[in-house]
Amino acid sequence: MKILTGNDLPTGDVTWWTGSGWSRHIEDAIDVGDQGEAIARAEEGARRVNVPYVIDATPTADGPRPAHIKDRIRALGPTVRVDLTLKPADPAAGSWVI
Amino acid sequence: MYKYDQYDQSIVDARVDEFRDQVTRRLAGQLTEDQFKPLRLMNGLYLQLHAYMLRVAIPYGTLDSRQMRTLASIARDYDRDYGHFTTRQNLQFNWIKLEDTPDILARLATVEMHAIQTSGNCIRNISSDQFAGAAADEVADPRPWAELIRQWSTFHPEFSYLPRKFKIAVIASDEDRAAMRLHDIGIQLVERDGELGGRIYVGGGMGRTPMIAPLIRDFVTADDLMSYLEAALRVYNRYGRRDNMYKARIKILVHEIGADEYRRQVEEEFLAVKALGIDPPAAELARITAMFAPPAFDTDAPDAVDRSDPDFAVWLDQNVRAHKQLGHAIVTISLKPVGGIPGDASSAQIDLVADLAERYSFDELRVTHAQNLVLPHVRKADLYTIWQQLTDAGLAEANLDLVTDIIACPGLDYCSLANARSIPLAQKIAVRFADRSRDLGELKLKISGCINACGHHHAGHIGILGVDKKGTENYQLSFGGSGAEDVSLAKITGPGFDEDGVVEAIERATDTYVALREEGERFLDTYRRVGMQPFKDAIYG
Amino acid sequence: MVESATETTLRFRDDEPHDEPAVTLDAFLAEQTNATAVRLEAGEDARALLPYLDRLALVEVSFPTFRDGRGYSAGRVLREAGYTGELRAQGDVLVDQLPLMRRCGFDSFAPQAEIDGEALRRSLDRYDFRYQAAADAAVPVWKLRHG
Repeated sequence: MKILTGNDLPTGDVTWWTGSGWSRHIEDAIDVGDQGEAIARAEEGARRVNVPYVIDATPTADGPRPAHIKDRIRALGPTVRVDLTLKPADPAAGSWVI
Repeated sequence: MYKYDQYDQSIVDARVDEFRDQVTRRLAGQLTEDQFKPLRLMNGLYLQLHAYMLRVAIPYGTLDSRQMRTLASIARDYDRDYGHFTTRQNLQFNWIKLEDTPDILARLATVEMHAIQTSGNCIRNISSDQFAGAAADEVADPRPWAELIRQWSTFHPEFSYLPRKFKIAVIASDEDRAAMRLHDIGIQLVERDGELGGRIYVGGGMGRTPMIAPLIRDFVTADDLMSYLEAALRVYNRYGRRDNMYKARIKILVHEIGADEYRRQVEEEFLAVKALGIDPPAAELARITAMFAPPAFDTDAPDAVDRSDPDFAVWLDQNVRAHKQLGHAIVTISLKPVGGIPGDASSAQIDLVADLAERYSFDELRVTHAQNLVLPHVRKADLYTIWQQLTDAGLAEANLDLVTDIIACPGLDYCSLANARSIPLAQKIAVRFADRSRDLGELKLKISGCINACGHHHAGHIGILGVDKKGTENYQLSFGGSGAEDVSLAKITGPGFDEDGVVEAIERATDTYVALREEGERFLDTYRRVGMQPFKDAIYG
Repeated sequence: MVESATETTLRFRDDEPHDEPAVTLDAFLAEQTNATAVRLEAGEDARALLPYLDRLALVEVSFPTFRDGRGYSAGRVLREAGYTGELRAQGDVLVDQLPLMRRCGFDSFAPQAEIDGEALRRSLDRYDFRYQAAADAAVPVWKLRHG
């Protein structure tokens, strides 16, 4: 699948395209098919996202899993500070990115 | 320490106003990201993996307790309660909101701090010897020269859009604690016939094509310094490559035309520039130098130290260095707890170090390029109580220059340029070798998560470069680098490894060193004597 | 003072705008030495014009992208050699770079995209003090400190 990601302009938070808006959680990301670039241009123009880009991902039971480790780390947070990730209560959260 | 006058303050305040204006225009859509990016970078603001990152300038790595506490307050109020000290003696906040940055800069400006030119294709923060003003081996304090250069380079109208970034270091002793010759311009102050001057090296650097800077001018006096640097930069601005960002650093220009031709062009330009009268008068250097006068040392301070506590004695031997003033010492506070994140400090730790500096070190602190902190002027009689307080705060790791004192860039855990993570590998190595670290002696291990070499891996006795191998993290190992006065560039051992593989390879290499070393030899010395082969055999054999 | 000579040129000069079209440096050096206006591309050497400064009324320096800073040096080289004619920055000239260009001696601007007048005024008025001497009239801070 193809999913669309970027950062929120005023806060810099990592965000994912949900089909109707942007979410902090990759679980909410939808397959954008071949519409990614068009959505990215429109959303960036409206300043609802900053530097958006399309990535490859695999659908899993827990939601999309980005093909590249960089985007998996973006989805989670720094593996060396699990307390600062989106899953602070899960000490093994970092293993998801490997 | 340098203190702002009305002019310095006015300039920094205007910069806050300017950036507030730029951020407002960006948020309102009057600037595209493409247009805004170089503007924010020139003020140290990056967009990293998880958030914006703000790099605060700490000129030549010197700051006082009030500034340090302000950094802690920003970490608490605008970030996630910690900061990261960098290899350019600066501090980075990892979780900054764009909309907050003008207020953060305004707070920094209240304590004579800023983020000016901590990124971008301009002249960056001037770095220096972290022991400046305290070291017994210096011919003078290099920081007044660094401050002169800081002012000259701040918003330099001609050199704000250089082909690439530009880093300058100033030192004043033969022992090089600042990797001077791995800078775009490295300056070593020397004395000649009773006069102070700079020995100018140009065209060093790390990155993807590491080079050691050749000597370009053997003596430039303070009277000529600005004209000379203006000439050196103008030649680069006009002729440095702009067709390929990977060949745009000045080292490539100096390498391609040769040091002799570069020198000739600079001398020619210097003659033209010198006539313009752009050099500040001697009174300006004198004004700055007066602010770096040595503090009022206690000349009766006892020189003896009670070593009866064995843990304290270990720390004393490892992290405390000789001071030029009898009865005093230089303390390095390690930010490399075994298993911790190199260079990170919590706001509580930052506050504690500020307290210690205020109370015991004439209100002065330093940041080192190896991502540690320094209390430069401590009475020996106070060492034990300082050590106790550091111990309580988790800051008393006795590992200065040992294998666990690792330089590591933020890597793929934070950085959008990285190809591999650096920090987890640093943690694994530190944990594995902690018990043997003292036996292994001085061993500078440096890790970069990509070819940009922010982790100085080219200058590591052991250097590690993280690369992306078909989507997985892979690490290239190299030996024999040094950023010190015996400067050299590390050589790659052979094929790369995964994370566990590289730890294993280092184990075999250090075993080889222990087996082959002669009396008093460091890892680096043994490597230089016996060459790569025995190490290669041990690792790949 | 900001005067609009044409729709798109910002001038900071009191004299009349120069009408003659600028010729390329090659053309100027090779054949048209009677020309009084020359255009320098970013990579061209401003020093080639130094023998002819007294007959030039306009030098236009190209900024193909705002990231290309070679034109700043070209401007200073010409001013330091005594050039007093119009010095125009043309191309990707943006409001945040314009104060730096003023300091390098540019007194005329032909930006590709329109510059917001209010943002420009704020940008030019912002700094009361400059650390270094350049090709403008600003007195460097060290001189204010020491006279």
